Amino acid sequence: MARRTPVPRIVLTSVVAWTVGLVIFFPILWMLLTSFKTELAAFSASPSFLFFHWTTENYVAVWTRSNYLEYAWNSVVISLGSTLVALAIAVPAAWSMAFSPTRRTRGILMWMLSTKMLPPVGVLVPIYLLYRDAGLLDTQLGLVIVLCLSNLPIMVWLLFNYFKDIPRDILEAARMDGATIGKEIVYILAPMAVPGIASALLLNVILAWNEAFWSLNLTSSHAAPLTAFIASYASPEGLFWAKLSAASTMAIAPILVLGWFCQKQLVRGLTFGAVK
Amino acid sequence: MKKFVYLTLCATIAAALSACSGGRDAGSTATTSGKASAAKHTTTLVIATVNNGDMIRMQKLTSDFTNTHPDIKLKWVTLQENVLRQRVTTDIATRGGQFDIITIGIYEVPIWAKRGWLKPLTFGADYDVSDLLPKIRAADTYQGKLYAAPFYGEGSMLMYRTDLLKKAGLTMPAQPSWNFVVKAAKKMTDKKDGVYGICLRGKAGWGENMALITSMANAFGARWFDMHWHPQFDTPQWKAALQTYVNVMKQAGPPGAASNGFNENLALFNAGHCAMWVDATVAASFISDPKQSTVAGHVGFAPAPNDGKGKTTGWLWAWNLAIPASSKKTADAQEFIAWATSKHYIDLVAAKDGWANVPPGTRTSLYDNPEYLKAAPFAKQTLDAIDGADTHHPTVQPVPYVGVQYAAIPEFQAIATTVGQDFSAALTGSVSVDQALRNAQAATEREMQRAGYYKKQ
Repeated sequence: MARRTPVPRIVLTSVVAWTVGLVIFFPILWMLLTSFKTELAAFSASPSFLFFHWTTENYVAVWTRSNYLEYAWNSVVISLGSTLVALAIAVPAAWSMAFSPTRRTRGILMWMLSTKMLPPVGVLVPIYLLYRDAGLLDTQLGLVIVLCLSNLPIMVWLLFNYFKDIPRDILEAARMDGATIGKEIVYILAPMAVPGIASALLLNVILAWNEAFWSLNLTSSHAAPLTAFIASYASPEGLFWAKLSAASTMAIAPILVLGWFCQKQLVRGLTFGAVK
Repeated sequence: MKKFVYLTLCATIAAALSACSGGRDAGSTATTSGKASAAKHTTTLVIATVNNGDMIRMQKLTSDFTNTHPDIKLKWVTLQENVLRQRVTTDIATRGGQFDIITIGIYEVPIWAKRGWLKPLTFGADYDVSDLLPKIRAADTYQGKLYAAPFYGEGSMLMYRTDLLKKAGLTMPAQPSWNFVVKAAKKMTDKKDGVYGICLRGKAGWGENMALITSMANAFGARWFDMHWHPQFDTPQWKAALQTYVNVMKQAGPPGAASNGFNENLALFNAGHCAMWVDATVAASFISDPKQSTVAGHVGFAPAPNDGKGKTTGWLWAWNLAIPASSKKTADAQEFIAWATSKHYIDLVAAKDGWANVPPGTRTSLYDNPEYLKAAPFAKQTLDAIDGADTHHPTVQPVPYVGVQYAAIPEFQAIATTVGQDFSAALTGSVSVDQALRNAQAATEREMQRAGYYKKQ
């Protein structure tokens, strides 16, 4: 018979969890509230939490001034495109390292991860020159490539950790039944790894959606995604917090909804193997 | 099943790639329209700019230009000031050719012109180059050629609350000194009521606190470098300037001033928390606007303070439009710049949004216009502030650099940002004024030696 958790412990855990959750969520809530204030109220030295003059003028101003849908479409194409290409590369790479490891596998994994340790600005000029010569500046394809490459190590790691926990016996049984490597990946591994692949896919979409450095530096007018849309609302002279908050809310809304619906898969994929 | 999986995968990748390649066509850089025989060339100009009210207004009014130039399309890239600077610098340095028109400050103009990154501008007689304000025109000129056209310009001045000054029994002199400002700030401070005698920039950054402190140092007789490019932070003039700044802010400034820049001080002033504020003249229109400011009816203007040494705390800045050397659409770009910085554009803004909203600080004729002078009570002070700043002779003692609140050398941004952090630390009290100046001297010496301006002795 399972032991009942003491009530004080449940209360304490709930209070701590809610507090941490609210602290993490507060900046987003504040941004949302600010987007409904006037510029003067948003910049007030003693800001009001709820009792202010609510207005939607910032959303109207942002919608009128900027072509939101063009930015949003670019974000969708770039984040989905880079994720799909990365997935096509990461699945076989992770399979190979999980089921046919060599003595260099661990080193290769560490090397892949180490590429994330270099600040992107360190390779900005070489990449910019390559893109200029290849005609990839300010194109969706250019961003798909760079975001695919920058998120690939994380994707391979996630999938590798997921794959290596799948029992080898099942794959061996398939081989004994005459399955080729392709069939093994498509019919045996993929169905079993759907939760892991889904969480890697979702995480990659979120990372690509929120990426700002390459988006701001490699695009100008045609392929600029929502991160560039947000950046266009900061001003050196004049009040801008309310409009910036409205633009930010509009930019994160789609990915927030996606994250909300997929949170189970995300948490499962990220914590898989953490507790055994 | 196998076939289905492969087909699905191929279709997905093909869709993604076709969508990617389609993006570029959405706003073609040079497209043809109409029938092949009568193909008319349409040029798209990509314009990089900042999110300032005047720039946004220009974007709204561009139909006036495109109606008369149907073969030119405009595409705007609006970015935050620092991002724009980095983005445009990368593109120009690598000749990426992403922009046809760029918005740059007068700090960049001489540096970029010297490196051949900008194309010189030549306008027709109807543009009337001689009408540009002489100080602004000089700042945009390199070796006798105009490399950028000013869109709007600004100086700095002292803005104050007339009601609080009267209550304190004081009268603003025609040319206030820092001595007067310090005394007045202490007298007008009423911390219980949330009124602070003075608001000054404290946020670290070469264009934030260093714009003010460098201008203030000019007034106190200090300079960044001597004629041999040796840093001068170890001089008594710098100590007097920084000590005055820190003291007055500690005694009469708002709490948390080290994180206040232009916008934060603007909000404080508009909410009635500042009795005085020394900053850009462009602020005058904001604090005089009853829609934005709760103290709009009690605002006065005076020249930026001096210290009796012949220079004031006045600075000079202008946002300009220029053509990067990598652009292949020079003629069309110049057409647009001529329109955006013309007298006609000023009249257009006046007709659409009123005289108070025209871009200030670029043309002499604007300050002769009685309608503008009536609509903008701060016009005279703005003109005086711009006329009073001299980018070529900014300091009491001679200097080898151009620029009032900056030194127009490529290294300045990085050095001044570091020095700005030291001075901001002095404001918070985490280091003393002496220590901040020692740190600034050491950091500047190191960078100037590294850049080869002089050798270590």
